[in-house]
Amino acid sequence: GFLTAEEKGLVNGLWGKVNVDEVGGEALGRLLVVYPWTQRFFESFGDLSSADAIMSNAKVKAHGKKVLNSFSDGLKNIDDLKGAFAKLSELHCDKLHVDPENFRLLGNVLVCVLAHHFGHDFNPQVQAAFQKVVAGVANALAHKYH
Amino acid sequence: MIIEAEKAIILSMWGKISTQADAIGTQALERLFASYPQTKTYFPHFDLRPGSAHLRTHGAKVAAALGDAVKSIDNIAGALSKLSEMHAYVLRVDPVNFKLLSHCLLVTVASHFPADFTADAHTAWDKFLSIVSCVLTEKYR
Repeated sequence: GFLTAEEKGLVNGLWGKVNVDEVGGEALGRLLVVYPWTQRFFESFGDLSSADAIMSNAKVKAHGKKVLNSFSDGLKNIDDLKGAFAKLSELHCDKLHVDPENFRLLGNVLVCVLAHHFGHDFNPQVQAAFQKVVAGVANALAHKYH
Repeated sequence: MIIEAEKAIILSMWGKISTQADAIGTQALERLFASYPQTKTYFPHFDLRPGSAHLRTHGAKVAAALGDAVKSIDNIAGALSKLSEMHAYVLRVDPVNFKLLSHCLLVTVASHFPADFTADAHTAWDKFLSIVSCVLTEKYR
């Protein structure tokens, strides 16, 4: 399997406590703040002129919620991420034209947000399991690129 | 480049971080070795088990160097010149690993200082650690 039984336990244990909608908005917002070039995909989102504007932007929150719910669904198919994200991979390549490097960036921002929320509970072993997950999701989303 | 407002964030957060600097440095290394086991190849001579004396000593060194960079935030290259030479000629750590350690430092700071780790602080630290990484690899060739 992609994760050991122990890693699955750590991931699911933490993920069960995550407010997916909120964390999604937080993660996408921080991506746009910390790596402002990623705003290139979101010209239609309105005011992205400051960290405060971005973090409170309704379109950012809505899109972040969408993205993270999709990620969350993917977690249910952790042993076949490529299958789970095949259609989304095609979409991101053919329609959205997103450089897969952005998936890696967002994955690491998500890890930072989880650390921020969960503090010491997000210990090195939990982080290591999540790094595997975000890397797997990023690879799955890049898999159908051509 | 780091702007003045970001320098202010880093200096003020460092005040808090410095009271636990050794623990922060050590935990960042623990996270690095757990998430990116290939980084252990640079430490075949160390006991890398969590809590080991080697880890604590090395974590303290990493934290001290970051403290030096913070204290000379307007001249990080000057402050880390010797360390830069050491990485270039002796340690020769592949440059990709600086991103990995920087990420683990960010995660450690985020988990320890939730009130302070705003989106702006996240940006400031990410930029600062990028600059430190650049300085440490700029003499490589």
